[in-house]
Amino acid sequence: MDNIKWTKKDLLALSELSKEEIELILETASSFKEISTREIKKVPALRGKTVVNLFYEPSTRTRVSFEIAAKRLSADVINIIAETSSVRKGESLIDTGKNLEALKIDIIVLRHNSSGAAHLLARNVGVSVVNAGDGWHEHPTQALLDIFTLKEKFSKIQGLNVTIIGDIAHSRVARSNIWGLTKLGANVCVCAPKELLPQDIEKLNVKATTDIDEALKDADCINVLRMQLERDERSVFPSALEYFKQYGITQERINKLKRKILIMHPGPLNRGVEISSEVADGENSLILEQVTNGIAVRMAVLYLVSQAK
Amino acid sequence: MRIIIKEGFIVDPINNFLNYADILIEEEKIKKIERKIEEPADLTILAKEKIVLSGLVDLHVHLRQPGREDKETILTATSASAKGGITTLLAMPNTEPPIDSEENLRLLKEIIKKDAKVEVLPSCTITLKREGKELVDFKRLKEEGVFVFTDDGSSIEDEDLMLQAMLKAKKEDVLLFLHCEDKSLSHKGVVNLGIISTRLGLRGIPKEAEYKRIERDLKLAQKTDCPIHITHISCKESVELIAEAKKKGIRVSCDTCPHYFSLTEDDLLDFDTNKKINPPLRTKEDVLAIKQALREGIIDCITSDHAPHTEHEKEVEFENAEFGTIGLETELSVAITELIETKIIDWKKLGELFCSNPAKILRIERGSLSPGKDANLIILDPKKEWVVRKEDFLSKSKNSAFLGKTLKGKVEYTIYKGKIIYEDKK
Repeated sequence: MDNIKWTKKDLLALSELSKEEIELILETASSFKEISTREIKKVPALRGKTVVNLFYEPSTRTRVSFEIAAKRLSADVINIIAETSSVRKGESLIDTGKNLEALKIDIIVLRHNSSGAAHLLARNVGVSVVNAGDGWHEHPTQALLDIFTLKEKFSKIQGLNVTIIGDIAHSRVARSNIWGLTKLGANVCVCAPKELLPQDIEKLNVKATTDIDEALKDADCINVLRMQLERDERSVFPSALEYFKQYGITQERINKLKRKILIMHPGPLNRGVEISSEVADGENSLILEQVTNGIAVRMAVLYLVSQAK
Repeated sequence: MRIIIKEGFIVDPINNFLNYADILIEEEKIKKIERKIEEPADLTILAKEKIVLSGLVDLHVHLRQPGREDKETILTATSASAKGGITTLLAMPNTEPPIDSEENLRLLKEIIKKDAKVEVLPSCTITLKREGKELVDFKRLKEEGVFVFTDDGSSIEDEDLMLQAMLKAKKEDVLLFLHCEDKSLSHKGVVNLGIISTRLGLRGIPKEAEYKRIERDLKLAQKTDCPIHITHISCKESVELIAEAKKKGIRVSCDTCPHYFSLTEDDLLDFDTNKKINPPLRTKEDVLAIKQALREGIIDCITSDHAPHTEHEKEVEFENAEFGTIGLETELSVAITELIETKIIDWKKLGELFCSNPAKILRIERGSLSPGKDANLIILDPKKEWVVRKEDFLSKSKNSAFLGKTLKGKVEYTIYKGKIIYEDKK
C-alpha cells in the first residue's frame, strides 16, 4: 500500500477513484481513528491550514463531523452557511470560491443542492475541494465511512452482500456507496418502490429490485436511506405510512431472516418511516459507529488532499 | 473586381459536378467555371489540393439581436459565419422582442442591412410572443418576404392550434419549422434520461419528449398536407418516424446538428455545461442512427443551432446553466472530421447537407456553383488540423461544446457576392 500516493487536489466523487485510492483513504482513516480516543484529541498534521465548510444546504451531522475532523488535525475551521452569506446577495459559487481562495484558505468542504457543484468549484479554484454532498450526485465521505464501518466488521469488502434500501433516485449516498462498494468487490443490491429507482441503475453493476424480501434474503448488511420527503416536488412518493408498511425495516422483518444482518443508516433518521426504533437502536445497528467513524474518514480525506500539492 | 480560383476541386451537387476546375468571378457573380481559365484578373487564388464549395446555408442560427446583444450581435454572428463558411443563414425569431410582427421584422431588417456580413434571412414566430396561444399574420409577413415560421425553443402544446397553424401555412404556402418537444415529458430535465442522468444525479429528458411530439406533428402534416421542417433531431426514434413519413409522402424535411453525430451523453461526465444542449446529447446508438440517416438522406441537412450564451450564464451549477452550444465556426469541420474522414459520407453528400438541400428547403437560389449565380463560395483545406480554442472564436460568446477538440478541415477563404469576407491568416 505504501507505493500508492494520493495525487488528487480534490475529492469529488467515488466514481472517479481507483480501488487503490479508496483503500488508501480507508487505511489512512484507520490510523487516524485512535486519535479520537486519546485524552488530548489532536495531532498537528494540518497545523497552519485553514478549512472552510461552505454549506448551501442545511446539515448538522456532516458539517460538525468535518469541523471536528479538521480541528483534530489542528486546522483552523470556518463555517459558512449560505443563507447568512453574500450568496443571498446573488454571488455565484465560483465568485464565492475565488474570494475564499483570495483569503488564502487551503481546503473548501462544499455541500450544495446542485449535482456537479463540487466539480464546478474545483475546476475554478486552485485550493482543494472536498465534496460533502452535491445534489443527488455523490456524497463520497459518507460512503467512505459506511465502507470503513463495514470493513471493521467484516474485515473485507470483497464478496460482501450489501443492500441499499430507500429513495435511490434522489440519494447521493446511494450513488457513492454503489461506486465504492462495487469497486472493492461487494455485491450490491438496491431496493425501492419503482418510482424511486432511477433509470438504468442496474448498469452500475448492481441488482435492482422492488421486492424487499428478495433484497434482504442474502444481505450481510443493509444501508437504510432516509425518505427525502422534501424532494418530492411532484408527489410521486408513497406516503410515509404506506412506505413503512411496504419497505420499513422492522424487527419482525429482520427476525424472519433467521440470521444476523447489520444495519446502517446515513442519518438523520425518520423513525417509523424507513426504520423502526427497535431496529435503529438494536444490537445490530451500526448507526452510531458510523458517526464516530465519520471523523476518522474525514480526517483522512482532509489530510490526503492537503498533501497532494 | 475579377478573381480567379485556380486548380481547386469543385464540389457542386446540384450540377452534379465534382472535378478539378478554375472559377472566374466577376463583380458579384460567377462568370465561368472551366477546366482551365487563362485570363487577366485582379486576384488569383491558387486552390491546389483545396476544395471549392458553395457557401453554406445554415437554417438554424440564434443571432440574439435585437435584445440580447450581450450574447451575440448580427455583426459578430455574421463574422463568425464568414469564418465558418456560411454565406446564408436563417435567423431564429426568439429575440427580445420576438419577430412576430411587421414592426419587429422591420427593426430586424434594419440591423441586418447595417451590420450583416453574410446573407441573413429572417424567420418569424408561429404564435404571438411565442406564447403558443395566437397565430401571427402569416399572410402579411409573407408579403414582407418571410417564408419560414417557427416558435423555436418551444413547441406549440395546443394540438388544435398547431392544426390551425398548418392549415394556414398550407394556404399561404409558407414553411413551418418545428422544434419538437413535449414539455410535460422533458419537464425540468437537463440531460438525456438513462444511465448518465442516473450517474450524475441530474434530471433526465426522455427521448419520448422529442419523438412523441414529432409523431403528433407528422400526423397533423399528413392531415393538412402542410410542408414542415423538423429541426435538430437527436435520436434514433425520430429518424425512424421521419423515414416512415417520407415514405408515406408526407411533406417533411429535417436537420440535425454536429453535436448529435459527434458527442454522446458520456461526454457529460465532468458536468461540462457547454455540452448542456436541448435536445440533450443522447447515446452511442443514437449517434450511429443519426450518421446512418445523414448518409441515407433521411436527414436533409446539417444546421448549427448556434446558441450563444455569456460565460456567467454557462459557468454555473449544471441545472442552472442555459442550454446550447455555439456552432457557426465549427460545424463544417466537425462534419469533415466525423463524417468525411470516417467515410460515412462523401464530399458530394456533404455539399448536399450543407448547401444544396437547405437552399431547396428555403426555395432560394443558393447552394450551387453555376455561371451567372451570385459568387458565394468557400475554399477549404480538407487536410488542415486545428484545435478549437476559446480565444479564436469570432462569435461574442465562447460556449462551444467542442472546446479543446482537434478538428480536421478548415475554411481558407469565404467569398460572398464576389467579395472576400474571410481569409484564414494561418
